[in-house]
Amino acid sequence: MKMLTFKKSRPAVLLTIALVAMVAIVGCGGEKAAEKGGEKPAAGTAASGTVKVAGSTSVQPLAEELADAFMDNNPDVTVTVQGGGSSAGVESANTGTAQIGTSSRELKEEEKGYGLTETVVAKDGIAVVVNTANQVSELTMDQVKKIFTGEIKDWSKVGGSKGPITVVVREEGSGTRGAFEEIVLDKDGKLVASAIVQNSTGAVKTAVTKDSNAIGFISLGSVDNTVKAVKVDGVEPSEATVLDGSYKISRPFLFLTKGKINAATKAFIDFVLSEEGQKIVSEQFIKIK
Amino acid sequence: MNDKLKEKAYEKILLVSAFVSVIIIILIGGFIFKEGLPLINKVGLFEFLLGKEWHPTDGVFGIFPMIVGTFAVTFGALILGVPLGVATAIFLAEFAPPRVSRIVRPAVELLAGIPSVVYGLFGMVIVNQILMTIERTYLANILRPEYQRGYSILSASIILAIMILPTVINISEDAIRSVPREFKEASLALGATEWQTIYKVLIPAASSGIIAAVVLGMGRALGETMAVIMVAGNTVAIPDSIFAPVRTLTGNIAIEMGYAAGDHVKALFATGIVLFIIIMALNTLATVVAKRGVGRS
Repeated sequence: MKMLTFKKSRPAVLLTIALVAMVAIVGCGGEKAAEKGGEKPAAGTAASGTVKVAGSTSVQPLAEELADAFMDNNPDVTVTVQGGGSSAGVESANTGTAQIGTSSRELKEEEKGYGLTETVVAKDGIAVVVNTANQVSELTMDQVKKIFTGEIKDWSKVGGSKGPITVVVREEGSGTRGAFEEIVLDKDGKLVASAIVQNSTGAVKTAVTKDSNAIGFISLGSVDNTVKAVKVDGVEPSEATVLDGSYKISRPFLFLTKGKINAATKAFIDFVLSEEGQKIVSEQFIKIK
Repeated sequence: MNDKLKEKAYEKILLVSAFVSVIIIILIGGFIFKEGLPLINKVGLFEFLLGKEWHPTDGVFGIFPMIVGTFAVTFGALILGVPLGVATAIFLAEFAPPRVSRIVRPAVELLAGIPSVVYGLFGMVIVNQILMTIERTYLANILRPEYQRGYSILSASIILAIMILPTVINISEDAIRSVPREFKEASLALGATEWQTIYKVLIPAASSGIIAAVVLGMGRALGETMAVIMVAGNTVAIPDSIFAPVRTLTGNIAIEMGYAAGDHVKALFATGIVLFIIIMALNTLATVVAKRGVGRS
């Protein structure tokens, strides 16, 4: 019986595959045509040359996307994006090995002395989320740190009802995890080893939804009513509080330049700050305009 | 002449087809070894295999907790799944009236067809939830707080046990059915009861087939990724309880591949090498067991 239905449906399956393939081919063709059409008016904007962007690995994916979009409009400019870390970004802007150094943290005191021009291109905020049934709706930065490093293990220690805290974190390599570690933990602080590890924002949310004792962190843009984002040091996480700097678990994405910049670099920074560039920013981060 | 030529052509086509899988396995094996070996050389084989810390972004690569985790969930699955599967196989082969087997057999087949992510979802939302409630209500004073979350070896084993059932049932049933009729008749004629016949004659006679079923089920459990990621908690720590959350080798690769870069990627390929070798060893074992079975009967 089972075999029979299988055989019958085979032509249908083939047909479906053929159809999907056709749509895909036609679809791609259409896209290419649209791209070509779009290039013409923008091509006149004009600078040429190479812009090297280096620094924060957190900024890297965003910078790559912005560079791609920019190069579509300005075929004469080549923007290359490299990682290395925020400190390397500051250094490379200072020494001139890159036209733009990127940083995902504020400059340190000694770095401020380099005389770099800082341009904030985006902000990144991370919400600490708990189960909606959790009585706790406010934590201090220190409590957040102690919970995630495993020093505080029970909700009763932070004003909740008694129950072991289930810490849910993202996997190593995740940008959200990197940002959270960078902002919340000390240099030598490590996320508690017994934490549950989930590999997507959705999975973290599900884990928090399913366990009344759970706490996790997700990027601000992904917060919805299935989880409760707690206030940190009394400040509600939101785009506004991230932008004005009052919400602590946030960081700026900086483009650093030194002295007079060339036309191509300026054109790229202008593009990043333009409406089009900021739209790309807002896909994953908080736009600054 | 023409027919002969055709004959030859078909033979060649079949030969090429047969070699495709050989070539693919060589390509895949070669690829993961090429990507992963440099890292093992860099870290040191023993450091890599027996290291207890895994902090890939800080350059610390030790997969021992994952190896332990993989075997823990696999054996858990076998302990739960094999008795149930073999019992089902005996029932289907010896007792089931046609009306009942018409229900049981398609159900087993359907079980094999459910995508693993659905098992994972079921495990995460139902099994883990029930386990968590039990842990927090009845075992709260016995278990460490970190072990009261549902995510555990136990929940992964339960899900995997269900997933290996079809493999265990089908192969064991075939093995039992292929025991010559005379064995059973002789046993009954000597005055043994039906049950005595089953566990003193049929099962021993079918044992190599049943062991092959177990080994194949083990392979399925070892390789399962998605469902395990969703229920096991993925904590990198050597478990000391069946209520401890664990990460498996497959889980490690799948979880971290997305954002990994540099040595981290190589370390994940190296994890793949270890997994590859374990699976190869297991397959060899299965082949040996199966061969021994053929030789005996």
